[in-house]
Amino acid sequence: MSSDTNPIRDAIAEAIRDNKTILFMKGNPEAPACGFSARTVAALQALDAPFAAVDILPDPRIRQELSALSNWPTIPQLFFEGELVGGCDIVMEMFESGELAETLGLEQPAGDAVAVPDAGGSAPLGIENRLS
Amino acid sequence: MPTTDEIKRRIEAAIPESTAEVEDWTGTGDHLRATVVSPAFAGLSRIAQHRLVYDVFGAEIGGPIHALSLTTRVPEQA
Repeated sequence: MSSDTNPIRDAIAEAIRDNKTILFMKGNPEAPACGFSARTVAALQALDAPFAAVDILPDPRIRQELSALSNWPTIPQLFFEGELVGGCDIVMEMFESGELAETLGLEQPAGDAVAVPDAGGSAPLGIENRLS
Repeated sequence: MPTTDEIKRRIEAAIPESTAEVEDWTGTGDHLRATVVSPAFAGLSRIAQHRLVYDVFGAEIGGPIHALSLTTRVPEQA
């Protein structure tokens, strides 16, 4: 923890604290800007998981501060109850094994693999709007 | 941009007794996928296992290495 004033890092930490499930991604759930973010969103949506989403693209400092905070270099990053769950690889592995549903306290849907449902229900947070 | 061979060599040099398979996922050299098997992963969470591999490359991840997709295993599970 730095004692310097760091409004971006503070805003990120606050968002992680205030949202039970939060995904930092490229783009937003309705229009992911990267395949890894898209797959992670699809896994969460397949579980009907409610989640907040933050687009890291509008300001490079968001990614920089997020990675410094989480000690994780890549995007997306999924947090649950303040803890890093993982990036796309880990989330997909956990989804396929049923661990993701378990971790998030949700029911694994019966039957097929990832059905990609309609987007919706998860508004981007717009963290960048609170930084100026 | 590091080649798949270079990524493989660096992982295997840095992580004890590891073997790494690295492939170019998209054929464009910027989305690489690595499967790394090492006894060094035993007892670690997936996050800690992936961090060990990411730490080999530091700030190159997201820079010269645009994306490195990981699967990590201890040998018994391989």
